[in-house]
Amino acid sequence: MFGLKEYRAVQSLDEAHELLMQSRDNVILGGLLWMKMGRKQYHTGIDLSGLGLNMISETEDSIDIGCMTPLRQMETSPLLHQWFGPLFSDAFKGIVGVQFRNLATLGGSVYSRFGFSDVITALTALDTQIHLYQAGTVSLSEFLNMDQKRDILIKAVIRKQAVKTNFQTRRKSATDFPVLSVAVSLCNGQWKIAVGARPSRAALAKKAADLLSSEPDEEKITATLDSVVNELSFGTDQRAGSDYRKVLAKVLVKRGINAICR
Amino acid sequence: MQITCRINKREFIRDIEPDLLLIDFVRSLGFKSVKRGCDTSNCGLCTVWVDEKPVLSCSVLAARVNHKAVTTLEGLEEEAKEVGWFLATQGAEQCGFCSPGLIMNILAMKAEFKNPTTEDIKQYLAGNLCRCSGYESQLRAIKNYFDLQGVAHENC
Ligand SMILES: Cc1cc2nc3c(=O)[nH]c(=O)nc-3n(C[C@H](O)[C@H](O)[C@H](O)COP(=O)(O)OP(=O)(O)OC[C@H]3O[C@@H](n4cnc5c(N)ncnc54)[C@H](O)[C@@H]3O)c2cc1C
Ligand code: FES
Ligand code: FES
Repeated sequence: MFGLKEYRAVQSLDEAHELLMQSRDNVILGGLLWMKMGRKQYHTGIDLSGLGLNMISETEDSIDIGCMTPLRQMETSPLLHQWFGPLFSDAFKGIVGVQFRNLATLGGSVYSRFGFSDVITALTALDTQIHLYQAGTVSLSEFLNMDQKRDILIKAVIRKQAVKTNFQTRRKSATDFPVLSVAVSLCNGQWKIAVGARPSRAALAKKAADLLSSEPDEEKITATLDSVVNELSFGTDQRAGSDYRKVLAKVLVKRGINAICR
Repeated sequence: MQITCRINKREFIRDIEPDLLLIDFVRSLGFKSVKRGCDTSNCGLCTVWVDEKPVLSCSVLAARVNHKAVTTLEGLEEEAKEVGWFLATQGAEQCGFCSPGLIMNILAMKAEFKNPTTEDIKQYLAGNLCRCSGYESQLRAIKNYFDLQGVAHENC
């Protein structure tokens, strides 16, 4: 099991960053769910719980989600529901259970950049930026593709837009890791199609989305589905083969588009 | 390091190791209803409430409950007895190993939902694994329990 020699509840982000940079054995504590399963012996565990970063707030043009916000708080947030529909509740309901999601944090989930992450898939279908202590503000896709330097993820900022969303996933059992996950959104006539757990992490099928109009006919949808599987890479792991994932991607993306058009 | 917390309304001040987990902390204080059923945060057996929210005590640092209120099954004896009766009546308690975590989460659901549907119940309790019951008898018991609370639920 993992170990900690010291525990520090920090008073500021400056203090947290200074501690993080002091040693490679110091670590930011998210909800601990992933970290706990490892065997690493850390020196200092840095707890951001006292910094008020466990909140979802609203500015004139964005919804800001602090890194310590538990996933359960996101899925039950009336504010997130008002702006993005049931996207987060649909995306998170398969993540283990309520008690787990009362602990797992937004920061730990995004920072880990897991391929299977339903959290990242859902955020990818929105206009999401990530605020980091050192690297500043970057788009979510930039964050996912940049060199993994040690930093602190402070919050996710989602642009407020009149957006329709839908989340689809296939799991072998209700709370297993996803075999594939899809988040689709439509905002001002522009579609976004995010496909995650391919098994690599979520990415947008941009060319495919550009083929769609606000009210696409069958022919356009079929062309879009073909484009999704040509544009994105699909791999094989213990959960599924790449061919199966491609078939699944077409089915789930189609369901997502139809749900939004309905 | 030293922490102060309330467990089942009683105050405890203790010196702990920084990486002590809440499950081991509460058990060391005699709250043995809290058990470990897995190593992967998946089974729900270790469920306790921290400030009224159900969490997996196997995945929480004891250091993090400093100045917080923890509730275990021992602190909810009457309510637990009532839920337990419904489970037993439907034959849902077979080996009974999953019951402490399940009952803690049923009571947490009761605090959050006025009238849970079948789907609500299934989703809320998805993180409470049971090796014996096949869940049907548990579901019947939970619906009966909510009926008795005078709380309507969808009958599907
Ligand atoms: C059994 C199990 C099943 C799961 N199933 C799913 C699933 O089906 N779908 C899904 O999407 N996810 C799943 N997850 C992942 C889970 O939802 C969380 O994403 C994961 O536990 C990490 O979140 P955490 O808050 O627990 O972070 P931790 O485990 O505490 O931290 C993870 C990493 O992120 C770092 N970190 C945490 N917060 C920050 C921050 N603010 N800034 C910088 N670094 C930070 C930590 O130092 C650590 O390296 C599963 C996890 C487990 C253990
Ligand atoms: S012991 Fe299994 S979830 Fe905590
Ligand atoms: S009754 Fe045996 S595990 Fe649930």
